This record gives sequence, structure tokens and C-alpha cells, in this order.
Amino acid sequence: MSQWIYIGLFFIVGLIIPVGAITVAWILGPKKSNPIKKTTYECGIETVGESWVQFKAQYYIFALVFLIFDVETVFLFPWAVKLGQLGLFAVVEGIIFILILIAGLVYTWRKGMLEWA
Amino acid sequence: MSFWNDPLKVAADWLLGIFTGWGLPEIAAQILIGFLGVLLLISVLMLLDIFLVWVERKVVSRFQDRIGPNRVGPFGLIQPFADIIKLLIKEDTTPGGADKVVYNIAPMLSMMSVLILWAVVPLAPRILGVDLNVGALYIIAAGAIGTLSIIMAGWSSNNKFALIGAFRQVAVMVSFEIPMLTTLLIPTIFAGSMGLSAITEGQNVWYVFLAPLGALIFLIAAIAELGRAPFDMGEAESELVSGYNIEYSGMKFGMFYAGELLHAFTFGGFWSIMFFGGYRFLGLEQVSPFLAIAVIVFKAFIGYWIIMWVKYTLLRIRIDHMLAFNWKFLTPLAFTLLMVIALMNALLAGTSTWFYVSGMFLSNVLLAWIAIEIARSYSRKEREKMEGVKRVVEAHH
Repeated sequence: MSQWIYIGLFFIVGLIIPVGAITVAWILGPKKSNPIKKTTYECGIETVGESWVQFKAQYYIFALVFLIFDVETVFLFPWAVKLGQLGLFAVVEGIIFILILIAGLVYTWRKGMLEWA
Repeated sequence: MSFWNDPLKVAADWLLGIFTGWGLPEIAAQILIGFLGVLLLISVLMLLDIFLVWVERKVVSRFQDRIGPNRVGPFGLIQPFADIIKLLIKEDTTPGGADKVVYNIAPMLSMMSVLILWAVVPLAPRILGVDLNVGALYIIAAGAIGTLSIIMAGWSSNNKFALIGAFRQVAVMVSFEIPMLTTLLIPTIFAGSMGLSAITEGQNVWYVFLAPLGALIFLIAAIAELGRAPFDMGEAESELVSGYNIEYSGMKFGMFYAGELLHAFTFGGFWSIMFFGGYRFLGLEQVSPFLAIAVIVFKAFIGYWIIMWVKYTLLRIRIDHMLAFNWKFLTPLAFTLLMVIALMNALLAGTSTWFYVSGMFLSNVLLAWIAIEIARSYSRKEREKMEGVKRVVEAHH
């Protein structure tokens, strides 16, 4: 339990440092805002239309594929920790699990989900 | 038990005596000591970060045949302090349409996600923040906060460049997390633990000799996680100007910049912990914890230098090539490597160390050779297809 208190301390101190730096900069820096300064920066050209646009569904698909693999790979960690004690049977079971993962990858590949169309 | 042998415990006992002498209850004193220790570690890291700015500028200028900062102080060492003063007194502008709360939180999270990684880094046999038994998973989880800060910065800036940069960066970061997770499993298999100090202690033979291919895949995935060249499509100065942090100014930009440098150094450290023995080197760690810290910092700097070397040597890769490289080459290769290592580990169990190490090493080299041959024959086929098309076009002219 006390371990997680220390992790919490790291979170707190890790937040204090950047918050402190930004606050000091906010106190010291000049504050002379005007409408030109507040415009969106696009190399001097005025922005056309909305900035919060819908953009290329492919990024979403990659995120979905990632989610599947990430969750399934995390399941392998307990297996890897105890692998030395479990012997050949567990190794074969793990390999079958990874092969199922690869089958998922091949399916995604065949479906053309990995193409940047 | 002298200060030379176990400085952390001696200092903690001394402080505990003082604080309980003031009438604090013991649990509060323990937490206060922990807080001071964390503050010390993170302050040292921030100082190191300032030094890293200088290192980065010096090294990039050498790569580009320049001298780099050499005016402020000896060898320009005071230059980063001048940079900090400049960042501190800059006006902090916020774009008009920005989502203010998210916009302000993002740089803080970016820095925090790097600093909290150091909670599990073993600096010496008994000197580390927390000896988590799920250290490898903690690294991935803390890294996810960095990904979150990037999408927050890109989305909240209300800028198309920032948004596209964040999309790309996050796509790369999440994609390369799969080979990274998979290669983190390899030291876990060898050490039988996810804790980083157990992994360090397990390396009587450096794991890079057992899994050279794993070390290489980890390095590539780490560079992509960091968003550094050749995988810096999210920043891409020549087209997106600066990517997700384009609208940030002053210290908020400074947080992203410092966070990126420290992140690179941290991953240099993780690379050395996972595959190069961490603080262990020729038994020096037994002499004194101070020597052990010097060893791991030196190794982390070597890792950091290699990451810089790659950054300033290779060209930027297009986003679709980058993702295709990950999903069609690196991920299947990492999964295959994991299967091979698990199998070889079981088959070679109980044999002599020399036989075990050479068997592992050769199986890695063989797998790397097969993978490169497959990639080469595939690219040859693709090239012939392209050149065949070109020949047909020429015939029509």
C-alpha cells in the first residue's frame, strides 16, 4: 500500500514543478493582448472555416486496431512473469494465444484496414 | 551502515529522528521524508533537463557542421539558463478560440508524464523511488498520459496545424506501443518479474546478448514513442510548422520542449535498464551506490546519444509508410520474436550459460535475417511492378 503513496507523491511533485514554472512565467510575463495576437497562427494567412474539423477516418481505425492489440498484449504479462516455472505446456499455450493475435492482424490486413486509402 | 554504502537509508533515519523529535507522528514523518526525497529526485532531474538542452544544441550543431552555443559562459554552458529567463519573461498568448482549460492543462500533463516515469527507475541497488512489481506496465501507463497531453494540446489550440499534428503523433504513438509492449515482455520472461530492479538484478548476462533483435525493436519503438525524427511527422516543421504545440508560447512551450528532451533521456535509461544491465557494470554497483548512479546515468546518456544520432542522420518518413512499417513489419516481427524467445527459453532451460546465450543470440540473428529477406523480396516484387508500369508508359511515348 505504501508503494502507491509514493507513486502519489510523484504525481503531486510532478504536477507542482510545471504548474510552478508556468505560474512564475505568468506573473513575470507582460500582458498586452490584442485581437491580432489572439488569431490562429497559420503562417500569416487568415484561417478559412472551422478549425475543429472531421479529418480522415483512417486515424480512428488505427486507434481501434491498437485498442484490440493493447488489451490482448497486456494479458501476456502474467504469462511472461511465470513462464520460467510453468514449463513447455504454458509456452505452447502462450504461442497459441499469440497466433490468435496474429490471425487478428492478418484479418485486419486482408480487410484493407491497414491501407492509407 | 555508512553514508557511503547506503545514503538513502542513513539520510532517511537521520530525518526521521529530527521530525519525530519535533513531535510529528511517525507516519506523517515518513510521508514528509518521502515527499522530500521525491522533491530532491525531481529537482535533480529538472537540473539535468536544463543541461540536456545544452547537450542537444551542442550535438545538433556538431552534426550540422556548426559550433553551437559558445558565447554565454564556458562552452556556452550558461546558455540554457539564459533561455529559461527568456521563456519566463515572454508574454503568454492564448489563441482566441482555444478551449482554455484543456489548453492550459496539456503542457503540465506533458511534463508530469515524464517526471512520474522516474518513480520506478532503479538508480542503484537500494536507491529507487518505488520498487513496483508491475514496473513495465507502469511505464506504458505513464506514457499514455503523454499521449493524452498531445491530443489535448492539438485539439484545444483551435488550429488546423496543431490538430493534424496531434492526429499524426497520437496515431504513431499508439501504433508503436504494440511492438514496445511486446519487447518489454522479453526482459520480463528472462527475469521472471515486471519490476525494473528485478530485471536489473537478473542481468548477469546483459539481455542484449540474449535478445539483440528485441533491443533493436525496443529502440525503434521508443524513438517513435518520443515523436523524434525519423518518426517526427507530428511536428514536421516544414509542413506543420511545429505540430501540436504550434500555438504555445513562453513557459508552456518550454514545458513541451523540456518534457520531450527529458523523455528521450528517460527512454535512453529504460533501454539501458531493459537490455544493458541498468546500474550494473563489472561489479561497480557493489562498491558504492554513487558509482552505480554514475553507471546508469552514463548508460542513459549513451542511449540518449544514439537517439540523437538517429534523429539528426535520418530523414522524416511519411505517415502512411510509418504506420505500414509498424503494422506490417515491426508488429508481426515482435510477436514472432516473442514466440521464438518463449520457446527457446523453455527448450534451453537447464543447459549451460554459454550454450543458452549463444542459442538465444543465434535464434535472434536468424529471425532478423529471415525478416529482412522477406522484406527485401517483397520490396523487389513491388519495385518490379512499378518499373514494369514505367516501361509500359515509355513504350507508349
